[in-house]
This record gives sequence, structure tokens and C-alpha cells, in this order.
Amino acid sequence: MKLWLAVLIAAGGGAALKLAGFVVPARLLESDAAKRILEALPVTLLSALIAVSVFATGSHLVLDSRAAGLAVALILVAIRAPFLVVVIAACATAAGVHAL
Amino acid sequence: MPETPRDDHLTADSSPSAARRRIRNRALAIGVSVTPFGLSFGAVSVEAHLSLVEVCLLSLVLFSGASQFALVSILGAGGSYLSAVGTALLLGVRNGLYGARINALLRPAGWRRFVMAEVTIDESTAMAVSEAPSGNAARAFWTTALSVYVLWNVSTVIGALVGNALGSPATTGLDVAGPAAFIALLAPRLTTVRMRVTALGSGAIALVTVPIVPVGAPILIGGLTAVALLLVLDR
Repeated sequence: MKLWLAVLIAAGGGAALKLAGFVVPARLLESDAAKRILEALPVTLLSALIAVSVFATGSHLVLDSRAAGLAVALILVAIRAPFLVVVIAACATAAGVHAL
Repeated sequence: MPETPRDDHLTADSSPSAARRRIRNRALAIGVSVTPFGLSFGAVSVEAHLSLVEVCLLSLVLFSGASQFALVSILGAGGSYLSAVGTALLLGVRNGLYGARINALLRPAGWRRFVMAEVTIDESTAMAVSEAPSGNAARAFWTTALSVYVLWNVSTVIGALVGNALGSPATTGLDVAGPAAFIALLAPRLTTVRMRVTALGSGAIALVTVPIVPVGAPILIGGLTAVALLLVLDR
């Protein structure tokens, strides 16, 4: 396989996967169970994404400066700090711990 | 359905102009937070011998940071085309799952559905879902999508042209900008014990599988298993 072909398949495939969610027939989305699944999915997928992007590098579990940033974000969210404060403080903490 | 404003409709937080300002600021912040990744993606891609056209094609069409990084990292490390493309697509599956939710929430028709699908990613979905109770899901979705799309593509090109001049996202702490933003956006959905347990369970399941399944799979496994558990618990 050529490199450009791999790039093309990844790009086309990724776009097709995105479209897949939009071609599900509307009646399948009407049921009570479907509604509950669809409402919970973004929450669970994003939770898993947060966990993996903070505590993993490739196939390895790691505990590094990102965990400190996450802890600060959780505390600030708990005390209802504004959105930007949460993001900036988390980044500043992670950068500080990384520099140690 | 938009929630009817109660007697607090005159307070700053629920007025339409305050909502517009809030959404614009958050969307811009999220867009800015992806730029270091765009820069390093561009730089890593060039090192993996991709041409500028190929790099731009990925950011314009694949438009999914995790998939793009996986593709060029595996290619750059000498991995096979099959594992590189396979991992990228595995990471792209969750966009399809987001799509089903966004489709049910915003009900786009005709050509809008194609445009909407193309920009359905972690960031736009998180913003739309977080603004759903305020009735501003569509505005939140499109504003975030535009912000991230433009800034991601611009930073990708710059990264490919000048290399990684800013240093790695870890040095600037920007590697936690995404997780921190997602937590802030999800917080209002995590007020019940039931949802908190589900979210924690999803993260825990994902982490347990990290060492044993291919890169890209843990997020799907965690997210889907947690939803299944939630349905069982609700019975």
C-alpha cells in the first residue's frame, strides 16, 4: 500500500464513521431505551476519554503532571469556578508539576 | 426541549445575550486549546514523511485529533499501514456514536446533516450536550465546531511548515486543557449519584483495558460498557 492511499482511506473512513450516526433511522431513536442510551453515551464516552487522556500514554498507564492538572480541575468544578478558570488553572498546574 | 425560563430569567446567566457570550467564550477557549496539538500534529506528520497536501487532507476531512495523531504516530514509528489506519478508524467510531446523539438532539435536514456529521467530535458534542438544558444546543454545537475546525486546520498547516516550535503540549500543560474543559462541561450532568457512578465506572473500565487492548479501544469499551451497566442498574 502507498502512503497516500493509507491517508485517503483513514480520511474517508473517518468521515464515513461520523456520518453513520446521522443515517440511523429516526424511528429507532424514538424508543425510551434508545433515548436513555443516547443521553448517557456522550457522558460515558467523554468520561472514558478523560481517564485515558490523563492516565495513559499509548498502552501504558502512567501517573504524571496531567493527574495534578485533573485534580485541580475537579476541585475547581466542585466549588463552581468559572469554565475558563478551571481550564487555565488545570493547565498551569500541569505545566508547573511537569517543570519540577 | 428548551427549559422555560423561571422567575430568574432576568439574571445575567440566563439572558440570551449572556448565553451567547458564554458560548462564544467557551468555544473560543476550546478552539485555542487544540492549537498546540494541531502544531505538533503538523510537525509529527512531516517527520512521518507525509506531504503538506496529505497533512491538510487529514485535518480537513478526517478532522479528529485522536485519529490523526494515532495515524501519523504509528506511521512515524514504522508501524504497518494496516495498524495505523485500523487504529485511526477505531478511534473514529465514537464520533459515529456522538452523531446519533447529535442527530436526535438537533434533527438536521438535507445537506446540513453532512456538514454537521463532519464536525461532530468530542468538543462540539460536549458543548451541545452541556447547553441542551438551556435550549442553546445548536448554537453551542456550531460555534464550537467552527472555532475548532478553523483553529485546528490553521495550526496544523503552521506545524507542518515550521515544525514544533512551541514545545510539546506537556511543557505548556495544555495536555490537560481538553480533559479539564470536558469535566467542566460534564459537571452539570453529574449531579446524581447514578450518573457519577456511571461516569467513574466508564473511566475505570477504560483504564483497566488500556494495557490489554489496542490503542483506541479502551474509550469505546469503557463508554459502551458503562451505558450497558446503567441500563441493567435501572431495571
